[in-house]
This record gives sequence, C-alpha cells and structure tokens, in this order.
Amino acid sequence: MANKMRVVAKLAGDVTTVKALIKHPMDTGQVKDKKTGELIPAHFIQELTCSHNGNVVMTALWGAAISKDPYLSFRFKGAKAGDKFTLSWVDNKGEKDSSEAVIS
Amino acid sequence: MTDMKRRTLLKGTLAFGALGMAFSAGLLTPRAALAAWPQGAFEAKSVDDALKALFGSTQLEGNDKINIKLPEIAENGAVVPVSVEVAMDGVESISILAEKNPTPLTSSYTLNAATEPFVSTRIKLGKTTSVIAVVKAGGKLHSAGKEVKVTIGGCGG
Repeated sequence: MANKMRVVAKLAGDVTTVKALIKHPMDTGQVKDKKTGELIPAHFIQELTCSHNGNVVMTALWGAAISKDPYLSFRFKGAKAGDKFTLSWVDNKGEKDSSEAVIS
Repeated sequence: MTDMKRRTLLKGTLAFGALGMAFSAGLLTPRAALAAWPQGAFEAKSVDDALKALFGSTQLEGNDKINIKLPEIAENGAVVPVSVEVAMDGVESISILAEKNPTPLTSSYTLNAATEPFVSTRIKLGKTTSVIAVVKAGGKLHSAGKEVKVTIGGCGG
C-alpha cells in the first residue's frame, strides 16, 4: 500500500514543510455511476494523523468534499534533519494506511 | 462490500420508519467506534449547523489576520486549491467551509503548539460559493471568507 501515498517533509531553518499526496477515490456518495446509473457509495478519508517522532503534530478531519487523490500541506517547528515523520489515515470504510518519511 | 449492504439497508430504513430505526442504530455503531470524527458537523446542511455541531457556537469574528488563498475562478469545481494562513498566535484549529456545498464543512485541522497556523489542500465546490476559513484561537472563533466562481461544479456526475 506504500505506493498509494507520497509524503515529503523538508526542513528549512526551524520549520518543516510537509507535503503529502494520497491516492484515494474520495467518493461523496452523491455521484451516479455513468454505466449503471446507481449511486457510487461514499468512500472518503475521515481522519489523518501526522506525527513527528511519535508525537502528533496535526490531526485533519476530512469530509467527502476533499478532492479525489487528496493533497495536504502544512508546517511545523521543532524537528531536526533525520527525524521521523509519519502520516496515517483512516477512511469511512475503516480502511487505513500510513507512510513514513525522514525529515531532510 | 459490507458498506454497500449497509447503504441499501440505510436507504431502506428511511422508508420503513420505526422498524428501520432499530436497524440503523445497530448498523451505525461500528462507525462511532472508529474515531472522534464529528459526523454531525460533516453532515450539516448549513454553515451555522456545521459550526454548531463542531464548536457549539456560531459567533464569528471577522479577522484580517486570516489569509485565505483561492482562485477567483475555478474552472473545475472538483479540484480547487485552497490554503489558509493565520498571522496569530495560539491557533487551535482551522476549518474550511464552502457555503453552498450540500454539506458545507470540507475539513477541519487540529493544530498544536509546534504546528504553524497554515494548511493547504484541494477541495470540491458544487457551484459558485464563498469559502470560509474559521479559526479557533484563544477560545474565540475568527473567520475570513472569499468568493469563488465555479464554472463546472465538482459534486455531480
């Protein structure tokens, strides 16, 4: 599953900038399948947790209005080059994934 | 697969009233066990209802220290880049709402002391709407908004 996520954490001065791309359909549950005419069931990421060396630095709560194949960027302080950054998510079907990056 | 079954059952519950209520109560428990995801806020149909469910208050203070960046015209409503940056200390959370979306709350970010008050993501907009950033800091809700013209909506198929 690791290839479904790309996480980069780059340090500049004291601030680490995180950029993440996740492969996920983010279906709203309001769109009809063009072939069958049936609604495509909602399937979207609900919660993302970002940790630096095991400490949570940011939690994102998402609804289905986040675009397909979501992108997220944010910044935090206090990290050193070589530190571990982890991003994990769970969706409304209970599927989950996580990815690790080394801060550089 | 189970979710599809659950969906159809849920649809049925709407039609069959009381009998269905018992069903849905049982069926919804696994979701509640998942996490503290504020379902009520995300399913709210108006900005006020979403704010009430999320913060218990709808009192917003306009604040020019919130910088919300969005394109003026979004040709494709399915992918609209948005970023929010706040020039304040002690920001606890940032939430992004699209007023005219069927469910306005798009996302909410909880920050801590180490996190800079900045988030950037991409959202779906159903039609031309104002997008509001609500920032919780010092126990108060601050907000700033921006109108986005949407050429092709990103909610339908």
